[in-house]
Amino acid sequence: MAEEQNKIKVKIDGITVEVDPGTTILNAARKIGGEIVPPAMCYYTNLEGSGGKCRTCLVKVSKGSEADPRPMPKLMASCRTSVMDGMEVQNVTSEEVQSARKGVVEFLLINHPLDCPVCDQAGECDLQDLSYEHGVGQSRYEFEKRTFEPISLGDKIQLHMNRCILCYRCVMVANQLTEKRQHGILYRGEMSEISTYIEQALDHDFIGNVIDVCPVGALTDKTFRFKNRVWFTKPVNAHRNCDKCCGKVTLWYKGEDVLRVTGRKDEFGEVHEFICNTCRFDKKQTADWILEKPTEIASTSVINSNHYTSFNPPAVIAKNEKLQLTNQEQLKRTERLK
Amino acid sequence: MQSLSNRKKVIEQKPMNFWERIYLPAIAKGLSITLKHFFKKKSTVQYPEQERPYSKNFRGQHSLKRDELGRERCTACGLCALSCPAEAITMIAEERKKGEEHLYREEKYAAVYEINMLRCIFCGLCEEACPKEAIYLDGPHVTAEYLRKDFIYGKDKLLEPKFDITKLNQD
Repeated sequence: MAEEQNKIKVKIDGITVEVDPGTTILNAARKIGGEIVPPAMCYYTNLEGSGGKCRTCLVKVSKGSEADPRPMPKLMASCRTSVMDGMEVQNVTSEEVQSARKGVVEFLLINHPLDCPVCDQAGECDLQDLSYEHGVGQSRYEFEKRTFEPISLGDKIQLHMNRCILCYRCVMVANQLTEKRQHGILYRGEMSEISTYIEQALDHDFIGNVIDVCPVGALTDKTFRFKNRVWFTKPVNAHRNCDKCCGKVTLWYKGEDVLRVTGRKDEFGEVHEFICNTCRFDKKQTADWILEKPTEIASTSVINSNHYTSFNPPAVIAKNEKLQLTNQEQLKRTERLK
Repeated sequence: MQSLSNRKKVIEQKPMNFWERIYLPAIAKGLSITLKHFFKKKSTVQYPEQERPYSKNFRGQHSLKRDELGRERCTACGLCALSCPAEAITMIAEERKKGEEHLYREEKYAAVYEINMLRCIFCGLCEEACPKEAIYLDGPHVTAEYLRKDFIYGKDKLLEPKFDITKLNQD
């Protein structure tokens, strides 16, 4: 009972939810789910200190708390603002938030190349979804976008600095999952870029996770590079006994071949159990894995085309007795005519 | 049984009279109709030599376009294959290597691009889906073949020939 009393009530877009004290607005909204969840480009649940950089999750706090009902003066980054008792938050219902988000998307796209047809991330890219929903069709930026040569970070990871939106997720992965970080942000402000300073390979058992956490196509899997488009591949949940990681992954099938192995992403595009490089890059045979079931894909996703929720889906006719009978009659008739 | 519509006509077969029995007037009548058609405007054309006017938005065989520098525009993004309702298009992408910039426009290109012309329904959705303006259905009719496998058109048949201004005949 004591725990329940500690919970505090927040109202997000008119929907009340009870959460623990110290929860951020973003996580409270995710608890409700659905359309009212603010998008997030840099926040990542499993990475300590992430969030607060991209500003896509801005929300309007129209009532600070029960004790101090004044609204907050500016739009707040929901991934960094913790909830207060009686707080009222507006996200999709606020015109101001929507127009601010539109501006943020325009800023993010200033230096981001519009090469989705080339990029391997297209189809599962957070920025693509975001700009589809909030972006404007035309850019007002009249200057040259900054460009870099693609950098090879070892034989497994490819870095395309052009596409980077400086969310710092990959830096945090390297900081928190590996002992020695080999890459980071060089220079400052507009000049900043992700790099290894002197071009060198990233080498650690868990460094492959930078590919999963990257919200855009800046860090991509070299073993999958240009092999296929994600919407032609079929994701299947699978696991194996791995001594280094949890071994729970998503296999991306094309026909009978495993083209790519990634961690399992939840509905917000976040991986909760990181996988090791052996699972990700070296185990690309069906025999290495125990298949569970096809991954659930949102019906709005492009990957959902030709995607079934079970293996070997039964034919539609299988269970309908009436149709079976008619089929038999039809067969008899055609046999007689032969 | 009585007819439902009440409009049924019962045809009576009368015995033929003398003129009808000798058949000559009927033959003359038939021949005159045939003769009349010799002098009428023909409703057919001699197809390969002569063509009817085509509609402005006629959709024929696909062609893969090149840009103003003669580089292939297609980047193998797969949107044409995704939009294709008949699933006629397949492709295999490859990465452009250093020194191939004059051949391919983007850093990725279609190494294999195949359209099954037997499956294609010429709806033009691929043309509409293409973000690079690389495919257009602006060719002629797809020709007849003897074997099914010959209807799978690869890049050799689809790709637009390179346009070289120096080799133009200026007569």
